[in-house]
Formats: sequence, structure tokens, C-alpha cells
Amino acid sequence: MNWHAITAIYRFEMARTFRTLAQSIVSPVLSTSLYFIVFGAAIGSRIDQVDGVSYGAFIVPGLIMLTVITQSITNASFGIYFPKFIGSVYELLSAPVNFLEIVIGYVGAAATKAFMIGLIILATSFFFVDISILHPVWMMAFLVLTCVSFALMGFIIGIWAGNFEQLQLVPLLVITPLVFLGGSFYSISMLPPFWQNVTLFNPVVYLVSGFRWSFFGTADVAVGWSLLAIGGFTIACLAAIAWIFRTGYKIRS
Amino acid sequence: MPTILSIQDLTKTYEGGYEALRGVNLDINEGEILALLGPNGAGKTTLISIICGISNPSTGTISVGGHDSLTDYRAARSLIGLVPQEVALEPFETVLSTVQFSRGLFGKPRDPAAIEAILRQLSLWDKKDARIRTLSGGMKRRVLIAKALSHDPRILFLDEPTAGVDVELRKDMWEIVETLRQAGVTIILTTHYIEEAEAIADRIGVINKGEILLVEDKVTLMRRMGQKRLDIDLSTPVDAVPDALSRYPLEVNESGGLTYHYDTNADRTGITQLLADLSAAGLHMSDLHTSQSSLEDIFVDLVADTPADTSKEDAA
Ligand SMILES: Nc1ncnc2c1ncn2[C@@H]1O[C@H](COP(=O)(O)OP(=O)(O)OP(=O)(O)O)[C@@H](O)[C@H]1O
Ligand SMILES: [Mg+2]
Repeated sequence: MNWHAITAIYRFEMARTFRTLAQSIVSPVLSTSLYFIVFGAAIGSRIDQVDGVSYGAFIVPGLIMLTVITQSITNASFGIYFPKFIGSVYELLSAPVNFLEIVIGYVGAAATKAFMIGLIILATSFFFVDISILHPVWMMAFLVLTCVSFALMGFIIGIWAGNFEQLQLVPLLVITPLVFLGGSFYSISMLPPFWQNVTLFNPVVYLVSGFRWSFFGTADVAVGWSLLAIGGFTIACLAAIAWIFRTGYKIRS
Repeated sequence: MPTILSIQDLTKTYEGGYEALRGVNLDINEGEILALLGPNGAGKTTLISIICGISNPSTGTISVGGHDSLTDYRAARSLIGLVPQEVALEPFETVLSTVQFSRGLFGKPRDPAAIEAILRQLSLWDKKDARIRTLSGGMKRRVLIAKALSHDPRILFLDEPTAGVDVELRKDMWEIVETLRQAGVTIILTTHYIEEAEAIADRIGVINKGEILLVEDKVTLMRRMGQKRLDIDLSTPVDAVPDALSRYPLEVNESGGLTYHYDTNADRTGITQLLADLSAAGLHMSDLHTSQSSLEDIFVDLVADTPADTSKEDAA
């Protein structure tokens, strides 16, 4: 392993993160606060409890997931797209590094940033609602896994994207609907049976459910399934990236 | 001198079917400076990109310091530094951080003293904390060189290092190249400036339409292909070559004098006889001067002689 290369990439990307930290944090914190006000206070006052948890607290895991997934994807996709766009990717391609080292550097940095923002959102939510975390270690584990797996996906998007529109397209067209329909703001048991079954094809359901379980001990689907789903998703992304570097898809002519 | 880079039967066909390289064979000796000359689109950048691992070869093998560029790419690439043709740098980074990044990427531990030495050598030390986007074009080129040198490569590729660079920076570049040569670094540079190749290279390669037309020691090349030209100014200009001199390959030049081409390597140049016959024919010389054909003439001749593009037939 070329550890110097991994640290070089990671540091370089983290420097970018810290340079723009204020703006990276302001917007998720602001939008989360808005969600709390609208969903938690306004709508939540009409919904008593979901699965024995106050609605305001119930949406916290979903909100964190929403932000963390979006952040992981945008950070990682931008991180690799930008050097491609300005041409400085030549250096990466000519360096004595393998795909795993490149991925650990870029995806690690993107996931770290998303993870930090996830924690900040969690801290913010304490201002709005009372929550206690039943399984803090599992909570962290779910958070880290989510950051890593979606950063991997973002990395793929960044390599695939040929322009800035495409870079925005996938998060907008695919991820946002999946997250919103993934039970972030409701328990899927509230849906009619048919839609409950359809929802089970949505990978985000497993994430949100598992994550929520770590908070409240109740889940839409069994925790084992949640872990399996994230694990499977991570492996699929890694396989896709390995293929990309083996064939040179979109990066090596 | 041992061979440090060996390219065998290298071809490259781009996705659209364009054959950018057609069987390139080239051996580069350790410590030499090779200048690759060739018109736009000749395949210079393509060749360099494949050696450095930025593009994949279609067929052929490359060995860098004895390491295969594909199967043993880590060892091969560690030896190489690349200064690309286009300036491509992260605009918001500082000079120092981008150079440190390069060193790490190539697997070397941090070494502030080494980085400082490189930046000082390139007159960039004062700018170490400046953001790239605030630098002038010439400074950005130096940053590219600093990045390429950051991991102490044994082989340095300079893809048109002096394109669009002012005279002073060009002289600086030549000096840098000279310093590196003294440190034993092998340098391969591409250029459109023939006088540049003439000034700094040990060997000169000419590439056109994806084929290496020749690679030769600079001095031998100039001697082998060098023709001399003798201009004879006449006190009374002429319109045509006088019949008495018709057995000589003479031309009438712009000023009504005569021009004689001869080969410096030939046993006899024929000049003595020509001059004797000239006065016998009653022509009076007012002046004489000779000139050696430059690399530029050689280059233009070579490239002009290349057969027309055959890529369409090949693709069919
Ligand atoms: N990615 C690519 N896809 C398709 N064709 C390409 C690609 N890159 C280069 N070519 C073609 O390959 C040929 C050689 O290009 P190359 O850049 O190697 O030339 P060059 O000798 O470096 O020219 P210049 O002096 O202009 O830099 C050109 O005809 C070019 O259009
Ligand atoms: Mg070129």
C-alpha cells in the first residue's frame, strides 16, 4: 500500500473541506432547523407519537440520514469530478497508486466531512427535541457505514459525469426521492400494504430503519437486514469502482 | 550508456478509430536529453501519456528502468516525473500544498527541505503561500515543474515546456534542464522550437503522423544531413546560369548571383573547380559566403517527405 499517497490525497481533500467549512455547515444546519420547525413543530403537533416516540424525535434519524447521504454523494462526486474537469487528474493517473488507494483517499475525505456534518445535525437536533440514543455505538456504526457507502456511490457519479449538470442529476433525480420515500419522515407501517412492499426495494429504507433502531430500539425492518443492505451496497460500489479502474472507463483513454 | 526507457512496437488507436501511434520503437539512454520534434498532432503527447500511464497503449510494451509499465507500474511510475503540455492546477490551492501533495502521491515521505530546495531553484519560494490562481502563466508552468520534480524522478518528461513562454523564462527552463542533466536526470522534451532542440538536446527524434522518422545524435544528424550553401555575388548580375557552367548544379539567387549546394561530407566539394571555371567564363565575383543548413531545414525536409496520411485506408 502506498500510504503516503493515501494521506496526501486525504489531507489535500480535507484542506478543501476546512477551507469551505463554514458554508458546508451553514446550509445543512439551516435546512435541518427548518425541517424541525415545519415537520416537528407545525405538523408534529398534530401527530402524537409514532411507534411510541414523539414525532419531533422520530424524524431526527431520518433527517440526519437525508443530510449525510446528500453530503456524502456531493462531496465525493465533486472531489473526483473537479480534477477531471480542470485536467489535474493527469497526476493521479500517472502516480504509482492503485484504485484502492485513490478511493480510500477521496472517499475517506468525503465520508469524513459528511460524518462531521451528521454529528453537527445531531447536535442541532438537541436544541429542538428531547432524544436519547439507545445504542450509541450502533448509531455511530450506521452513520459511518452510510457515509462510506454513499461516498463510494458519489465517487462513481463523479467519474461518470461529463458535465456539471450530470453531476447534479443523480442526487436530484434519484437520491432525493429515494430518501424522501425511504421512511425518513414516517414509519413505513403507516403506508398501505401494497406500498409497503414496493418500499422494500428502496435501499434507503434499510438505512433509515436501522439508524432509527439505534436511537429508539424500534425498526421497520430487522436490523440484520439493514446491515446486510448497507454491506451489499458498499460491496457493489467497490466492485463498480474496481471495474472502472480496470477498464479505464471515462478516465483513461 | 545503459537504456533507461525502452519502447517496443507501441501503437495507439483512439476510440474513434484514429491511429495516433503506429509502431513506435525508441530506446532512451540514462542521463541523456532527447528532444522530440514533430508538427501538431504528430503523436508526441500521446506517446508521453502512454509512457506515464495516463493513456493505455493499444499494443506494444514499455519498460522503465527495467520495469514493465503495465504489470509493474508502481516501480515504473515512481521513476517518472511529468510536466504536461496544458497547465492543469487546482486554482484554490497554495503552491506549497500542491507540491507537497505531488510528493506524497508518488509515495515519498514528507521532506520540507527537499521541497524548499525545489521551490527555490524554480524561484517559487517567495510564492509558496500564494494561491495558484493568483500566479502568472509562467509561474504556473514552474509550479508544474516543481510538482514533477517533487519526488526526485530519474526521468523527466517536459511536454512543450516553453510554449508561450517569454525569452527569459525560456532561458531559465534551459538552465533548469542543464542542472537536472548534471544531476543525472534523463530528460525527454517535446518542442516546436527547433533552435531549442539544437541548443539543449543530445539526441533528436522526429515524429510525424504517429511514426518516429529518425532518432539521431544531434551533431551526427546535422553533419549527416547538413548541406552547405555557397552564395556567389556577381559584379554583373545574371538572369540565367551561363552555359559554360551548366555542368554544375547552380541556381540563380534573388540578387542575380549564383547559389551552389554542396555536401560537407563529400570527398570533393567541387568548389575550387567551380571558382576557376567561373573566372574562365568571364564572370567577376564581388563576394562569397557560405551557410550551413539548420536543423529547421532538415526537419522541414523530413516532415515534407513523409507519405500522405494513410489512416483512412488502414482503418477500412
Ligand atoms: N483523447 C483523444 N481521442 C481521440 N483522438 C485523440 C485524443 N488525443 C489525441 N488525439 C489525436 O491523436 C493525434 C495526436 O495527438 P497528440 O496530442 O499526441 O499530438 P501532439 O504531437 O502532442 O501535437 P501538439 O504538438 O499539437 O501538442 C491527434 O490527431 C489528436 O487529434
Ligand atoms: Mg502535444
